[in-house]
Amino acid sequence: MTDRDQTEAKIRDLIDPFNKKGVEISGGTRFAQDLEWDSLTVMDFVASVEDEFDILISMNRAAEIETVDQLVDAVRQLESER
Amino acid sequence: MSDLFSKFDDLIAMREGLLSTGLTDPFNLVMEKVESPTVAICNGRRTILLGTYNYMGMTFDPDVVAAGKKALDEYGSGTTGSRVLNGTYAGHKEVEDALKEFYAMDHAMVFSTGYQANLGIISTIAGKDDYIILDIDSHASIYDGCALGNAQIVPFRHNDIDALEKRLKRVPEGAGKLVVLEGVYSMLGDIAPLKEMVAVSKANGAMVLVDEAHSMGFIGENGRGVAEAQGIIDDVDFIIGTFSKSVGTVGGFCVSNHPKFEILRLVCRPYVFTASLPPSVVATAATSIRKLMHGADKRAHLWENSKRLHAGLRQLGFKLGTDEPQSAIIAVIMPDLETGAAMWEALLKEGLYVNLARPPATPANMTLLRCSLCAEHTGEQVEEILGMFAAAGRATGCI
Repeated sequence: MTDRDQTEAKIRDLIDPFNKKGVEISGGTRFAQDLEWDSLTVMDFVASVEDEFDILISMNRAAEIETVDQLVDAVRQLESER
Repeated sequence: MSDLFSKFDDLIAMREGLLSTGLTDPFNLVMEKVESPTVAICNGRRTILLGTYNYMGMTFDPDVVAAGKKALDEYGSGTTGSRVLNGTYAGHKEVEDALKEFYAMDHAMVFSTGYQANLGIISTIAGKDDYIILDIDSHASIYDGCALGNAQIVPFRHNDIDALEKRLKRVPEGAGKLVVLEGVYSMLGDIAPLKEMVAVSKANGAMVLVDEAHSMGFIGENGRGVAEAQGIIDDVDFIIGTFSKSVGTVGGFCVSNHPKFEILRLVCRPYVFTASLPPSVVATAATSIRKLMHGADKRAHLWENSKRLHAGLRQLGFKLGTDEPQSAIIAVIMPDLETGAAMWEALLKEGLYVNLARPPATPANMTLLRCSLCAEHTGEQVEEILGMFAAAGRATGCI
């Protein structure tokens, strides 16, 4: 497993408890449209990602993240900046 | 041509659906006559007002009204100018002096509305590489202040001290930090654990701004707000407030002890690029603020009202936003928007006005009937209000 795969696997684990509709997750899955998350769910999920990786994801940054792949890349970048 | 309004279609449909049931439009109420801080004529009916934020009932105070009339005669109807050009009159200085005295702080800056105070202060003091860490349930004016500026915005779970601390510790080394909190959160009427939150913020090198819009005049020994009540007002860097609640007119302000505070008058766009408040408004505000300094008896009566309404509603079987009354706002939680709107209308027919609050303004997509008490509500009126809630609640099947 590459480092990226590990990050993605962790993120998929974090998505699970919020994936109430049981949508199949791929790199292209969109949080708002495909998972139909409202703003509160997004906040709880973002908080769980922040805690898992010990990073801050600002609302400015979160607004640019639409898909699972984009989140994985953002998390890896934020981790490297830490 | 694409219609720019098509983005509102869902909202238009929801509204039409609700009104097609024959319901009175909750967002189109007109007060035909206002008799006092607690009574108005709405749709021809005498109505008890329980949703005005007029906490201290200053709107009809004879001294306040007289001050406004005098200023209208002496200074005219408006300033037609920005505070930094031709819009600063003696009255603007006087109201800022009254605020400095009320809060025992060095500086006060008055804005044309409370909304603009948050918009101006937050957008100006937090710059591009700074971090604003704010409670997720913050008021729209706080979010809009964040949006107007270009700082990094980090929300944390409502009133969660650990969540705040974790985020503070993750801010990059050297970045500026502003923590934004409210004393009373207006949707559920709950207060913030400011003592702990301000301590955590200070320990992590952040400046703290507290919006005390819903506590001024009422909470704290001198009515300075939740920060005063919890004994940490001296550790708060900026307090934001409004004249449109306890003060009883319109306008907003920021008070602070920061030594460089006055520079904001030149760099804060929502302060510079708008007309200043009319002379009559600042005169009523200054008079009202000075009277609020000596409002201890009214504060005590307002607490009595708040406690009685909270206990009474609970006894009737309503679900409330807080287990104990924490402020002058009592939020009644409705099962859904349809029931909430029906209950709101039933109360209006009984002769009671409350605020109907619905998503997206509410936390967790709740529909709320928000009651805000006034120090001028008599004990008898509070009992009358409970009777109306009982009748309307039974008629709509809420209880």
